[in-house]
Amino acid sequence: MEMMAALAVQGVQMALVLLLAPLLTGIVRKIKARLMRRRGASIWQPYRDLLRLMRKDVVLAENASWLFRTAPYLIFATTWVAASLIPTFATGLLFAWSADLIAIVALVGSARFFLALAGMDVGTGFGGIGASREMMIASLAEPAMLLVVFTVALTAASTQLSTIAAFMASDQVGLRVSLGMALVALIMVAIAENSRIPVDNPSTHLELTMIHEAMMLEYSGRHLAMLEFAAFLRLLLYISLIACLFAPWWLASSSDGPTGYVLGIVAYLLKLLAGAVLLALFETAIAKMRVFRVPQFLGAALMLGLLGTLLLFVTRSIT
Amino acid sequence: MIDSVAAPLWCAAALLATAALAIVLGRSSAATRLVYGATTAISAIALLVAVLRLLSPAPDASSLTLPLGLPWIGAHFRLDALSAFFLVVVNLGGATASLYGLGYGKHEPAPHRVLPFFPAFLAAMNLVVLCDDAFSFLLSWEFMSLTSWALVLAHHREPESQQAGFVYLLMASFGTFALLLAFGLLSGPDGSYAFDAMRAGIHAPTTRALVLVLLLIGAGSKAGLVPLHVWLPLAHPAAPSHVSALMSGVMTKVAIYGFIRVVFDLVGEPAWWTGLLVIVLGSLTAVLGILSALMENDLKRLLAYSTIENVGVIFVSLGLALAFKANGMDMAAALALVAALFHVFNHSLFKSLLFFGAGAILTGTGTRDMDKLGGLIHRMPATSVLFLLGCVAISALPPLNGFASEWLAFQAVLLSPDLPQWALKVAVPAAGGMLALSAALAAACFVKAYGISFLSRPRTTLAEAAHEVDRFSLAAMAILATLCLAAGLLPGFVVDTLAPVTKALLGGRLPMQAESPWLSLVPVAATRGSFNGLLVFLFIALSGALAAWFIHRFGSRALRRAPAWTCGFPEFTTAMQYSAGSFSQPIRRVFGGVAFLAREQVDMPLPGDIRPARLVVSMTDLSWEAIYAPLGRVISLVADHMNFLQFLTIRRYLGIVFLLLVALLLVVAIWK
Repeated sequence: MEMMAALAVQGVQMALVLLLAPLLTGIVRKIKARLMRRRGASIWQPYRDLLRLMRKDVVLAENASWLFRTAPYLIFATTWVAASLIPTFATGLLFAWSADLIAIVALVGSARFFLALAGMDVGTGFGGIGASREMMIASLAEPAMLLVVFTVALTAASTQLSTIAAFMASDQVGLRVSLGMALVALIMVAIAENSRIPVDNPSTHLELTMIHEAMMLEYSGRHLAMLEFAAFLRLLLYISLIACLFAPWWLASSSDGPTGYVLGIVAYLLKLLAGAVLLALFETAIAKMRVFRVPQFLGAALMLGLLGTLLLFVTRSIT
Repeated sequence: MIDSVAAPLWCAAALLATAALAIVLGRSSAATRLVYGATTAISAIALLVAVLRLLSPAPDASSLTLPLGLPWIGAHFRLDALSAFFLVVVNLGGATASLYGLGYGKHEPAPHRVLPFFPAFLAAMNLVVLCDDAFSFLLSWEFMSLTSWALVLAHHREPESQQAGFVYLLMASFGTFALLLAFGLLSGPDGSYAFDAMRAGIHAPTTRALVLVLLLIGAGSKAGLVPLHVWLPLAHPAAPSHVSALMSGVMTKVAIYGFIRVVFDLVGEPAWWTGLLVIVLGSLTAVLGILSALMENDLKRLLAYSTIENVGVIFVSLGLALAFKANGMDMAAALALVAALFHVFNHSLFKSLLFFGAGAILTGTGTRDMDKLGGLIHRMPATSVLFLLGCVAISALPPLNGFASEWLAFQAVLLSPDLPQWALKVAVPAAGGMLALSAALAAACFVKAYGISFLSRPRTTLAEAAHEVDRFSLAAMAILATLCLAAGLLPGFVVDTLAPVTKALLGGRLPMQAESPWLSLVPVAATRGSFNGLLVFLFIALSGALAAWFIHRFGSRALRRAPAWTCGFPEFTTAMQYSAGSFSQPIRRVFGGVAFLAREQVDMPLPGDIRPARLVVSMTDLSWEAIYAPLGRVISLVADHMNFLQFLTIRRYLGIVFLLLVALLLVVAIWK
């Protein structure tokens, strides 16, 4: 019975992230449009885009290989699996132990690896520029992310997300400088990984400024739908991760009854909404940087992560 | 019989006999097939012996003394868990390289320069791992160096091979010299050369410190530790590809074996600062190695530099193990050592695979310059899949094996705040960051390697005319790729297999992984962190298949081919694609200024001037400029000044000899 309940929670989680991801992007876009005094598309527009793209023919470049055609499914699946392993509304997911936080970071890295390869497959200048810049950004963002992981993992003495969330929700945490640094670094990494302003512009199609979009330039139809979906999922993943690590309130656990789960889902929705509002505000208030400013931005994240970890190492013997 | 050290020794003897046979066969046409066939079979048998030995429930070390070598001492051989593990690595690499050689060797322009040395090289590596006294160890070590040097010079007419051979010979002799001194210190005044005596002896702290430094020089130079790595990117690519695979994938591991054998087994309790030294050197090696790899446009040199990175990663884990051991944290030390050994195994798999792939490209196109390749995924379909698996594995991406060992290393880093020393508390998180940085850069490096050579449009006619390679080569690559996948999906089995090694060296072992639920990897405790490659793989496969099925069933399945879109500007020439150099330009700008003093010079003609614009990038190898070039200058300066000694009369020579003798006697007299 307990097994069935856990399985149900895991299933709900998988469906929930899948259903909510386009909505989250829709809301961010809507708020951004309103902040710029535009009316903006409906918050349901991403769903319509996805459905339309799925029904369209694929127009494939003449020399595209099998890698180009399978990569979208692989990227989507990897991102989906990673997002399904983050405790969003309940801890104690059935399969949470199959991949800890380090593995989740690496799964996102796998998705990026294949996207960069797919970008280079057709052999156009834009694909190359996108892949090359994306890997440059990743080479700084990924270590920064891992140092954030180290910080929270050392605080909670575990890399297991459920354990970390439970620890963060308890009152043993208190205010810690290292966690503050980790939060700032994590937000900076999340911005970079989701190709948001100021690192990249998700809505640009101006050739020389695009990074993420440049890799997807040759994609169309269902393949593009998968990649767009993966991008929506990744945004949801990072906001859920920040919420799970730094706002782990009202997470339902297996001892709670159905009301606990309902409360957990409502709280999760509110957290996502808050994340969307903050992201839109931030993006509207700031201008995009030059590409070679990005290393300084991410270098700051890396240093913050390192300082956070270092503080924990050094204070271990004092406390 | 199978448990004793005699079986692998017989295999080594058989390999030596094959080398002799190869000399007899000379240039005859059947030689290639005969020699590689024999080495495949012998290595496979030795592999089987080693695996059985490693898996047998409670193996004791078995030793044997043969009346060879120095009189009254003989040659001691010993097979324990550590040697058995490294025998697996050596012979797995040897067997697949021989299998690969069955196909690849046919394209060899001068087979008589490769065939005699190849089995001898394999035998030497087997012997190094088996030796149990300093004399035969050094003899085998030097034999290994010389045979591999001969293989590096197989294509001796190429100018780069000559330089590679020269630098390699110098560095190898220097390394062996350091090892000689280390063993001299360990054997003490009684001259007890057997490892048993060294193990039993109690060494002074200064001796232990000196031995560690000498080992870092001797074994580190062979493994490619910065700044002793300069020979490696020259020598490894110069050899034929299957030998490159052996040198990079296996010989560096034999060097690491030497380090582990002496530092963990022979010298006794380490001081905590030895761990610090190894961690710092290892993390520097990892980052500098992979950055150099990223700057490289030659596929084999790129792979050689990436070997340096992986050696760095292994040394970081070894350093952690030393630091834990010095502080009596046996469990954590076992975890770090398992991470190191697992990475040794993994790297031997995927680096051999990637070098085989580079060899396949060399066979298929005739070049290893990435800027002349492109589009090989269409013309070499099987190689492209296998090479991709190798790239994913070496980039430490789940669910392949590279990630499993990297994950264990991170778990070991996370156990280290309990270390009491302040220097370690500062160095370990920094090293963790460097490990993460090198993993991320490795992903960038192999996106470049795969993207430029296998994807995109063919850049030259060479790449357009590429063809798939023979079945033997593909089989060798397929075996390694399968093992990469298997070790990634079921890492618990490898960790369990390593338990006797950590038990023998550290006294502790990790919990039995085969008993953990769903065959997960649980190094410390389930609440601390676990990873299950198999489940992650199944989840990805299932959800990907589900998505594909759903879309093809309810969405569209139509597909149309059309010219590439590229924002409406069709690219007329394939030169408009990204090249190897342009791919790494952003990373060169970010890191290169510090790591290589990279400078870009743009020469832009004035308006109206019709000469082409030029961009010149200059990079400096700092370790070469700071250490080797001045050293070379000093040596030639001294040589110039000593030159007059060559033209003295016989009386003066005799006088010098006499004076020296008196001086030495005086020194001895005062010393006593």
